[in-house]
Amino acid sequence: MATVAVIDYGMGNLHSISKALKSVSPDSDVVISADRDTILSADHIVFPGVGAIRDCMSAIKAKGLDETIKQASKNKPILAICIGMQALLEHSDENGGVECLGLIPGNVIKFPSNSTDDQNNKLKIPHMGWNNVNYLYKNPLFNGISQNERFYFVHSYHASKVENKYINATSEYPETFPSALKWNNILAVQFHPEKSHGAGLQLLKNFLNWDGKS
Amino acid sequence: MGLAKRIIPCLDVDNGRVVKGVQFVDIRDAGDPVEIARRYDREGADEITFLDITATSDNRETMAHVVEQVAGEVFIPLTVGGGIRELADISRMLKAGADKVGINSAAIFNPEFVKEAADRFGSQCIVVAIDAKCVSANGKPKRWEIFTHGGRKETGIDAIEWAKKMVSHGAGEILLTSMDRDGTKIGFDLELTSAISDAVDVPVIASGGVGTLDHLVDGVTKGKADAVLAASIFHFAEYTIGEAKQHMQDHGIEVRL
Repeated sequence: MATVAVIDYGMGNLHSISKALKSVSPDSDVVISADRDTILSADHIVFPGVGAIRDCMSAIKAKGLDETIKQASKNKPILAICIGMQALLEHSDENGGVECLGLIPGNVIKFPSNSTDDQNNKLKIPHMGWNNVNYLYKNPLFNGISQNERFYFVHSYHASKVENKYINATSEYPETFPSALKWNNILAVQFHPEKSHGAGLQLLKNFLNWDGKS
Repeated sequence: MGLAKRIIPCLDVDNGRVVKGVQFVDIRDAGDPVEIARRYDREGADEITFLDITATSDNRETMAHVVEQVAGEVFIPLTVGGGIRELADISRMLKAGADKVGINSAAIFNPEFVKEAADRFGSQCIVVAIDAKCVSANGKPKRWEIFTHGGRKETGIDAIEWAKKMVSHGAGEILLTSMDRDGTKIGFDLELTSAISDAVDVPVIASGGVGTLDHLVDGVTKGKADAVLAASIFHFAEYTIGEAKQHMQDHGIEVRL
């Protein structure tokens, strides 16, 4: 039986993601775990996250999960979600500045306050709700997902200064920011596939069918 | 292209049953929140809000079971409000599968509670629900204050100041209900909604008074709401969520169709 490990570093709500994974792959064994061996022996790894980066990073380090994630990043298909995606970059401006895992070069910055849309309405922060995801190239992870499909976002910080070769998809609020990064066996998304209805479930399904190579 | 305005159906739940009558032809059990949530999900709801209207401790347990069932098969954001008084209440609802909780009177009794909740669980899951009523005399500049107990009890707190304070305490979103308009079907209090939306940086959900699809449009275009919440127009199947979204799109509003 294929196993999926959802990394548990004691933050936030892991039930939504586990339920969504179970729903797209009833035959998989979905385990929520902080145990190194359990995570490294899984076929697929999900690195979720909600909340603030400082607490996330300290919890990850306190449990020794930084080493586990780095180890897994060498060969296992990994899906990082929201703060999980931000944690893979080098540095976040949140909480006065926090060093992250640095698996993908780039930073995390806040959406500018006082932005407006083209009708001059104030853009609220957090960026919360359903926004378009524009993939820059197609890969198996976006199989069956339309260009500019809407996914559910909730975040105040976003990836920045990431080289183009890592960027799989972008979104706009109002400026363009990377909403999905892909590098080798890692897919990192700023939106929440587990809360993004059919398109989100399709992406999770694609991830579970992915060998991390294509 | 860009962020869509959200339509959020709200279910008032009492002891595990949806209170307001629901008249869907394809629903066998019209009072079952799980079945109704499933239908709203199919129709394209952007989120679903459950409001526990009696919120006794037994009821909260029942509510957690409802959320758990819905979360197992409906993969859009779920919010639970009503009777959220302690961190343990939030924790229980998040564990059941809720993504956000609505805090109302507990914030008024103890504003620090919002701060503690946002610190512990993150602002993204803390919605502060504000029930406001106009208190200014006719002809005077408009002023709104916070009311509790379904609009019966005044607090003397200015609604705009309160919204700002709640955001500074970590609220990630404001659910704003006009107690003057709630249940009237004459439309949102647009002045109140735009005043609050202008005053805070976080998204504002307009609630109270929706009777037609034009009201939803006005809530966004005139009230500057980021999301609109309605109960009865959807419960009584006057309109489907799909129709509401199409109507908003026809009026130039970005929606997820």
